[in-house]
Amino acid sequence: MSEAVIEPTGGAGVVHDWSRDKQVFGVPWGKAMMWIFLLSDTFIFSCFLVGYMMVRISTTDPWPNPSEVFGLTVMGQSVPLLLIAIMTFVLITSSGTMALAVNMGYRKDRKKTFWLMLATAVLGATFVGMQAFEWTKLILEGVRPWENPFGAAQFGSSFFMITGFHGMHVSAGVIYLLIVAFRVRNGFYEKRGGNYEIVEIAGLYWHFVDLVWVFIFAFFYLW
Amino acid sequence: MGYVAIADRDHDIEHHDPDTFITKYIWSQDHKVIAIQYGITAIFVGVIALILSAMMRLQLGFPDTFSFITPENYYQFVTMHGMIMVIYLLTALFLGGFGNYLIPLMCGSRDMVFPYMNMLSFWVYLLSVIILLASFFVPGGSTGAGWTLYPPQAIMQGTPGTDWGIILMLASLGVFIIAFTMGGLNYVTTVLQARCRGMTLMRMPLSVWGIFIATVLGLLAFPALLVSAIMMLLDKTLMTSFFMPAISSFGQDPGYTGGSPILFQHLFWFFGHPEVYIVALPAFGIVSDLLSTHARKNIFGYRMMVWAIIAIGGLSFIVWAHHMYVSGMNPYFGFFFATTTLIIAVPTALKVYNWVLTLWEGNIHLRVPMLFAIGFIFTFIHGGLTGLFLGNVTIDLPLSDTYFVVAHFHMVMGVSPVLVVFGAIYHWWPKITGKMYNETLGKWHFWMTFLGTYAIYLPMHYLGFQGVPRRYFAMGNTDFMPASAQDLNAWITLSALFVAFTQILFFINVFWSLKSGKKADPNPWDATTLEWQTPDTPPKHGNWGHDLPECHRWAYDYSVPGYPDDFIPQNVPPEDAPAGRQHGVPEH
Repeated sequence: MSEAVIEPTGGAGVVHDWSRDKQVFGVPWGKAMMWIFLLSDTFIFSCFLVGYMMVRISTTDPWPNPSEVFGLTVMGQSVPLLLIAIMTFVLITSSGTMALAVNMGYRKDRKKTFWLMLATAVLGATFVGMQAFEWTKLILEGVRPWENPFGAAQFGSSFFMITGFHGMHVSAGVIYLLIVAFRVRNGFYEKRGGNYEIVEIAGLYWHFVDLVWVFIFAFFYLW
Repeated sequence: MGYVAIADRDHDIEHHDPDTFITKYIWSQDHKVIAIQYGITAIFVGVIALILSAMMRLQLGFPDTFSFITPENYYQFVTMHGMIMVIYLLTALFLGGFGNYLIPLMCGSRDMVFPYMNMLSFWVYLLSVIILLASFFVPGGSTGAGWTLYPPQAIMQGTPGTDWGIILMLASLGVFIIAFTMGGLNYVTTVLQARCRGMTLMRMPLSVWGIFIATVLGLLAFPALLVSAIMMLLDKTLMTSFFMPAISSFGQDPGYTGGSPILFQHLFWFFGHPEVYIVALPAFGIVSDLLSTHARKNIFGYRMMVWAIIAIGGLSFIVWAHHMYVSGMNPYFGFFFATTTLIIAVPTALKVYNWVLTLWEGNIHLRVPMLFAIGFIFTFIHGGLTGLFLGNVTIDLPLSDTYFVVAHFHMVMGVSPVLVVFGAIYHWWPKITGKMYNETLGKWHFWMTFLGTYAIYLPMHYLGFQGVPRRYFAMGNTDFMPASAQDLNAWITLSALFVAFTQILFFINVFWSLKSGKKADPNPWDATTLEWQTPDTPPKHGNWGHDLPECHRWAYDYSVPGYPDDFIPQNVPPEDAPAGRQHGVPEH
């Protein structure tokens, strides 16, 4: 077209910007796809949490007090939610190392990126390990998906289902991070134009998994 | 991501075309081959579901005649028919089939953005189909819980298939959702990020818009089904009580306590209602393109059509509980959901008006795809109007669980989308195969199917008003039902068998065309959209040969005054054809 293009303003301008040539977002395909996937995954976890809230309301038996169930006895003193607090701290810390890894990735500092991603993966694996410890402890105390000695059966059901599903996400994330980390170290991405966007894409997933944990922590352990 | 994506790579990168039979046709990463794989699989299970419906009709039309249909079988047929038709046929065919084929071609891309994941999507879908069909052969047979799988009955003794059938059904759904997610992420990302130069969103053909929004709905709605499937699987296998209240089964206590069956209904329909539009929106989009092309007229109100698709998609998430008026939920919910349901009629009616106005004074060519598209307008208006009855709480209560409901949803999301599926297959057949189909056979197929469906479903509305309940194996001697109801049932059965056998015409046409059909013109309908402008027919791997196309105008430049042809393809630059519209949005 030869005539001058007049950019529309207001609501029409929003539509114009969104529907612009070739692509909507100025990001690589992988990153766009990860965002859309995370949106979908958000709906999965929301459904899990809403389902948990609903059965917590519908059950006729009393709901156990999470502070007591998840307490640890340290040196003869019962500390409520101690393990969960440590787990949450570990996972949030791993978000920090991940963010640093993304930064180092964009600086093309392969060595630091690798070590930071490895640290993130180790922290993630630590989280999963502590979760396994927590599961073992509860199972030894008699908590099962179908019953538990503290009250409503749905307590055990929701606990194992939601933390299990989240733990699977963390485990998958650890594997994902390790694959990317070793590829960074081996120069895999140098052959592809030295593009380290993949570190950020893995980071998006990792931060999402952490964020989900904050909601599980708030709704399951603190409520 | 261990592969080089090719969706918009230009000629400077060397092509690695698949050269062996296996990489070309079996483990193919080409969106067109994947689309055909999806299509064949979906139609195959669709035929199974069609046979199941014929068996159900045999029992209803002629009770006590067929000893091989037991009450258990009947419920299994009902369940599998519904589940296959809605999910494994229509969802897979519209999104996996047409979505895969049309999105890259219509957007001017070389392929989907992640071809490898796209291939995985099909193979995982095939796995879900195999798991589903395996449930016919396990001890106890497939589940007979009804396609909605409502607990507690879905997993309690007394319902057919509670041993293994329900487990395989839930597992199959979970696998299907994984397959859909892998495909769906591809479709959405391709539409958003990998269109050709000049292809703005507001120049996209409505087919792509419909498939795109439907995929977004799927990505946000299937999570609810996944979660409810996981929870019910746990209820069944680990004796958790998410959906199971304290309940007595044959005088025994199965050990459940304190769960909420209504929770399942909410989760299920939070998926289930958007699912209706996952099936309907691609049909809306495709039918718009068929009508416009074969009426040689631009689509009436393109911009409003786009907004209507988006509005319907958004509204579809806040109407789910209109399936639950009789579930005993809070009556105020009924008020809210009836209101939102009736609001959805506004953008939907807008679309219907625009289709009719597109036909108005058009140069209508009554070819086979056009016949199916116009047939769709009839059946869709018909099913949509009965939807208004059922959307109102007070009218829904007496009609709930009668044949009126069966007639309604078969008209609106059974017959209507299937007519569009056929129309679309006939329309794109020359592009997909490079051969023409037999026009006469196609017309016979249309008229017998279209009139046949009315012979089936019109009497069903009447049966529903009479209060004939659905999902009954046999009606028995019931006082409120006139004896003529049984005669009508026999008539419906005969019509259903007629329509079922009519579909053989379609398959004859397919095989005839593949074997001895006339070689197709690259653009037999004189259509404007990009898929008809490919250098090869059928398009080769990479779709566009050396150079990617460039889009210069919206998709509906038909019968533009002052231009010699009655259509201007989207890739014709304005220098060659100054007439026509450059944008779907009016010029400022």
